Amino acid sequence: MNNHLLSRYAEAVYWLARYVERTENLARVLDVNETFSRDSRGSQNWQSILQLYRDEERFAETGMDASADNVLYFYVLDSTNPSSIISSIQMARENARTLRPLISTEMWIQLNILYNHLRAMTRANLAEPRIARLCSFIKEACQSHTGITEGTFYRDEGWYFYQLGRWIERADQTTRLLDVKYHLLLPSSETIGSPLDVSQWNSVLRSTAGYHAFRRVHPSGMSPTGVAGFLLFHKRFPRSVLACIAELEELLNELKSTYGLKQGNGALEQLDGLRGGLVNQTADAVVKSGLHEFLDWIQSSLINVHNELGRDYFGYEEA
Amino acid sequence: MTETEHVRLLDSYDPNEFYCEMLGKDASLAAHTKPVRYKLGQIPVNEFRDRAHDAELELYNFGITFTVYTQKEAIDRILPFDVIPRIISAEDWAFIERGVAQRVTALNCFLWDIYHDQKILRDGIIPKELVLGNPGYRPEMEGLNVAHKNYVHVNGTDLVRGGDGKFYVLEDNARSPSGVSYVVENRHLMQRIFPDLMSNIGIRSVSNYGQKLHEALTEMAPESVLDPQVVLLSPGTYNSAYFEHIFLAREMGVPLVEGRDLVVENDRVFMKTVNGLRPIHVIYRRINDDFLDPTVFNPESTLGAAGLMGAYRKGNVALANAVGTGVADDKAVYAYMPRIIKYYLDEDQIIDNVETHICREKEGLDYTLANLDKLVVKPVGEAGGYGITIGPRASAEALEACRKELLEDPANYISQPMINLSVCPTLVDEGIEPRHVDLRPFAVTGKSTWILPGGLSRVALTKGSIVVNSSQGGGSKDTWVLE
Repeated sequence: MNNHLLSRYAEAVYWLARYVERTENLARVLDVNETFSRDSRGSQNWQSILQLYRDEERFAETGMDASADNVLYFYVLDSTNPSSIISSIQMARENARTLRPLISTEMWIQLNILYNHLRAMTRANLAEPRIARLCSFIKEACQSHTGITEGTFYRDEGWYFYQLGRWIERADQTTRLLDVKYHLLLPSSETIGSPLDVSQWNSVLRSTAGYHAFRRVHPSGMSPTGVAGFLLFHKRFPRSVLACIAELEELLNELKSTYGLKQGNGALEQLDGLRGGLVNQTADAVVKSGLHEFLDWIQSSLINVHNELGRDYFGYEEA
Repeated sequence: MTETEHVRLLDSYDPNEFYCEMLGKDASLAAHTKPVRYKLGQIPVNEFRDRAHDAELELYNFGITFTVYTQKEAIDRILPFDVIPRIISAEDWAFIERGVAQRVTALNCFLWDIYHDQKILRDGIIPKELVLGNPGYRPEMEGLNVAHKNYVHVNGTDLVRGGDGKFYVLEDNARSPSGVSYVVENRHLMQRIFPDLMSNIGIRSVSNYGQKLHEALTEMAPESVLDPQVVLLSPGTYNSAYFEHIFLAREMGVPLVEGRDLVVENDRVFMKTVNGLRPIHVIYRRINDDFLDPTVFNPESTLGAAGLMGAYRKGNVALANAVGTGVADDKAVYAYMPRIIKYYLDEDQIIDNVETHICREKEGLDYTLANLDKLVVKPVGEAGGYGITIGPRASAEALEACRKELLEDPANYISQPMINLSVCPTLVDEGIEPRHVDLRPFAVTGKSTWILPGGLSRVALTKGSIVVNSSQGGGSKDTWVLE
C-alpha cells in the first residue's frame, strides 16, 4: 500500500474540503435569509448574517450600510473579505492546484471553472431577482464538487483527510448557526413561541436543509429546544453536531487501523470528550444552563481537534 | 451558408519564399502530408474556427496555463494553441532521432570528462576558461560519480529548418527543458476536437512519456535500493511551469514535492508524510542548481533542502538532471559541439549546428561587427529569447546599441546568420497564413536514450516574427510524427 501522503498534501486536502463545505453553508444561509427577509422585516435579517460570521466590525470598516445589496456583495463577490464565497472558492482552488498530482482531473476542472465563473461576476449578478438563482447555483456547484469527489477521488489517506476537513467544518457551521439565532431570540423573551420566533427557527432548519427531516421526527410543533436538540444531538441528521463528531472519530480510527498511522491520539481524546459531553445532554438542560456557553465549548473543542491534527499530521509546531 | 464556407482551408494559403512544413518545397513533393491536406479541405473554415475556439476554452478550463506576473496581479494565460498540426515524415524523424541521440551521448561524455580528467581541455579542443570560467560549471561536481555516467537525463534540443529544407540545431537545453506537457496535452486536445482529421493517418503516440521518464529515473537510483522512491521537486505553485510539474508528477505517479517537504538526515533524503519521514532515492528536480542546497549554493534559497548535495555526493540520492549540466548547454560551448562530437565519438555531427561566430574569439568578433546587419546576435547567458538583436530587421539605432554592447563585453555574445525558419499554415484572424516554427524533441536517458516521437512545435504567431518563445507571443502546435 502506498503509504506516502505528504503532510503538506494532507493539510491542503483537509482545507480544500473545509472551504467547499463553508461555501455551501454560506450559500444556504444567504439563500434562506433572502427568502425570509423578503416576507418579514428587511434589514435586520442581514445584520444577523454579519453576527453569524462575527463580521460586524469588518463590515463596518467597508463603510457600506447593511442593505441586502451590500451584505450580499460582501459575502459573495468581495474578494477583500476572507469569508466571502469568492475568497473561499479561491482558497479551495488554490489548494486544489497544489493537490493536482493527488486529486482527479475532474475535481480540478470543476473548481477551476467555478472560480473563473465567479470571478467574471459583478454586482449586477446580485440583483434581487437573481439572488435565489445565484445561491442555488453556488450550492449546486458545491454539491457537484462533493459528488465528483465521491465518484473519482482515489480512496487512500488523502480521502480521509478530505473527509475530516468536511465534517469538522460542518460541525462548526451548525454551532454558529444555532448560536446566532439563540442570541437573536434571547433579548425579548416574550417573542419566544410567537409567530416571528417560529419563523426564525424555521429558517434555521431550512438553512441546514433540515426542515423536512425535523418534521419526520417532530410531525407537529416547533420549539426552540426541539430545533436546538435536533441540530445538536440527532444522530441520523447529517448536519447535526453529534453526527459530525461520530464521523470524525470513525475516520480517525480508520486512518490508524487501515493505514497504520501512529499519531492522532490527541484529536481522538478531544473527540471522545466532545461526544461524551453531547450524548449525556438534553436540549432542555443545555438551554437552561446556557446554550451559548455550550456552543462555545463545542467550538473551542473543535479548534483543539484541528490543532491536534495539525501537530500530528500537518507538521504544525508544538504550541 | 456563406461564401467563405466554400473556400477550402488551404486554397488561398501561400507560404511565400519559405520552406513550408505542410507543402515542402513543392506541394507535389510533400506526399506524406497529402492525406491530411485532403482532410483539412473537407472542413469548412467557419467550423474550423469554431473548433479552434472550443480548443482554447478547453485549455482554459483545464487550467493548462502559465502565469504572467504584472505589477498588480498574476494572470493565468493559456499558451496559444494552433489547431493545424505540424507534420514530420518518418524519414525526417529517423534522421532527427539519430542526430539528437548522438548529441545527448556526446554531451554526457563531455560532462563526465570535464568533471573528471578534463582530457578535452588538456588536448586544447575547447578553451579551458570557456569551460572552467563558465557560470554553469560547478566545481562541486568534480570527481562525483553519477550513475551510468549520465548527466543529461532529459534533454531538449531546439531544431529549426532552413529555407533549404535542412534541419539545424539551434541550441541544446540540458538543464531542465520544459514544454513536454504541451506535447502530450496538445495531442489529447486534438484527439478530442479533430478525431476526423486524425483517423487513418498513422500518427506515432506520445502518451507514454511519463512511463518512459519514470523508467529512466528509476534506473538512476542507488543500486542497493530495490523499490526506489522517485519524486518531482518543484519550486511550487507560483512557478510559471507549475502546470508541467503537475503533469509529469501525475503521469509518473510520483509525489510532487517542494523544498519544505524535504529533510536530509545523515546524508539521506526524506520527505515529510503523515506517517513520519519516508526515504527518497531519485529527485527529478525542476529547480536550478543555485537553489538546490543553501549550504552549498545560494544560501538564501528555501526551494531546495539543506544537505542535499552531501547526500548526492554520497550516492544516496540521484538528481536528474545532474548538477552542473548548464556548462554543456551554454550558447558559447554550443559552437564547439561539432568538435566535441568528433572528439568523443569520432563521428561527424548528424544534424548540423547553425554556423556560429564566437565573439570571445577575435576572428568571430571582427566578422560579427563587419556583418552586423546580416547576423542574429545572441547573449550567451540568456534564455527565453531575451536580448537578441536580429540584424536584418533591426533599426540603425538598435544595431549601434548592439555594436556598443559587443565591444564592451564580446565574450557574452555569439552571432549566427539569420535562418529563414520554415513555416506552417496557421489559423490567424486574417485566415490561414504562414507562420514560423521551430521544433524541440525530448530525449530521455537512463541506461539508454529514448526520444519521444513528437516534440514541441512552437509557432511565432506575430506575422513575420521568428521569435517563438511563449514570453514573446509564441504559441504551439501538435506535432505529428508519421509511422
